[in-house]
Amino acid sequence: MTPLDVPQPLPPAPQAIGPDLAALIACPRCDAVYRAVQPGPGERAVCARCNTVLIAPRRRAGQQLIAVAVAVVVLVVAATLAPFLAIEVAGRSNASSVLDAALAFAAAGPVAMLALAVAALIVFIPVLRALLVIYVLGPVVLDRPPAPHAAAAFRLSEELRPWSMAEIFVIGCAIALVKIADLAQVHFGPAFWMFAALVVLVVVQDGFMCRYSVWKSLER
Amino acid sequence: MEIAGTLRTAREMGLVACTSCTRVWPAGTDRCGRCGHRLHTRAPLALQRVWAWWLVGVIAYVPANLYPMLSTRTLVASQEATIVGGAIEIARHGNWGIALVILTASVAIPLGKFLAIAMLALGVRHGSALSGSRRQQLYQVVEYIGRWSMIDVFVVAILASLVQLGAVASVSPGPASLFFALSVIFTMLSAQSFDSRLIWDAEREGRRA
Ligand SMILES: [Zn+2]
Ligand SMILES: [Zn+2]
Repeated sequence: MTPLDVPQPLPPAPQAIGPDLAALIACPRCDAVYRAVQPGPGERAVCARCNTVLIAPRRRAGQQLIAVAVAVVVLVVAATLAPFLAIEVAGRSNASSVLDAALAFAAAGPVAMLALAVAALIVFIPVLRALLVIYVLGPVVLDRPPAPHAAAAFRLSEELRPWSMAEIFVIGCAIALVKIADLAQVHFGPAFWMFAALVVLVVVQDGFMCRYSVWKSLER
Repeated sequence: MEIAGTLRTAREMGLVACTSCTRVWPAGTDRCGRCGHRLHTRAPLALQRVWAWWLVGVIAYVPANLYPMLSTRTLVASQEATIVGGAIEIARHGNWGIALVILTASVAIPLGKFLAIAMLALGVRHGSALSGSRRQQLYQVVEYIGRWSMIDVFVVAILASLVQLGAVASVSPGPASLFFALSVIFTMLSAQSFDSRLIWDAEREGRRA
């Protein structure tokens, strides 16, 4: 029994370049080449030079990732329409949904294009990423051949990762709340808690995802 | 755990590595056969691209600080606040914690990012006092933190949509929010254009010299 999360150094690549390049793995951050050795579930293989995690397989990661992705889609769609914050001042009140927040810029003329960007960062891109993960991993989990263009779909999902900002938006809600706390009474709406759950899911999703294992499974 | 001597890079082995899926191919291969990503031993014109995005990021950051981020209208007064002005206003009300958070997120982090990216890019050309792994860590911090600067833009969006109470109080976004968002996006693109393998190439050459 090996302890969890103990980094396993990979053996360096053999000196003579054999024909079997598929057995090698290159660190994307520093270009060091290793002979790929699949660590056990829960273990990690890291680059000896720059400590980048190269392989980190988990048991049943595929099913878990699909479950998380489905939850993300449901939560984002629900949270987009329900109010996430409500304000009350001198008898007047207003509730705001994520869609309202994105559209706040649309009314303001010169900054209208920000509306589209905000909507993309907190709604469209997270949902698109979740759908791509379902599309790519669905056939893999069911032991079917990969879906058409699965490689391109997974690459797109990975490239979109830094642009998916739902979790940053949640922290933004908390700051906005403190900023106007002495101006008005503010309540969290149901969508705020949905988005908070979403933050946890996004973190879980990135923790479970072993890119190397996904690429291996798409190779067949 | 150091594997001394035997560690070699894909380039030294006459191979080209795919930065998207970690597969290696013979040097000169055009596209990765596994994921379809374009293959480059080192991203072409990587540093020029870093500097170009860096420059527009810095330029956008100037109006982001000169124009108002938010304009607030209440029954008694109407005011427009820039990033720094708004933080000072909040600090004057005794809310030092929040003022500090705003100044960190909107001033210290963006300026730190500009500095860090410039240091990394200059380090490739002219060498650096920091070791390769230190610079790699710095790069990862910049990549991780870059997205979080967007929080300010989201706060403006939330306030502007929420505080719509007719004559009692209303908030609307100022032009600085657009410039600030652009600055964050350009800086993220600048960091993404940086090929971190260059850090390690320079380190190897330095050791040999
Ligand atoms: Zn490495
Ligand atoms: Zn590839």
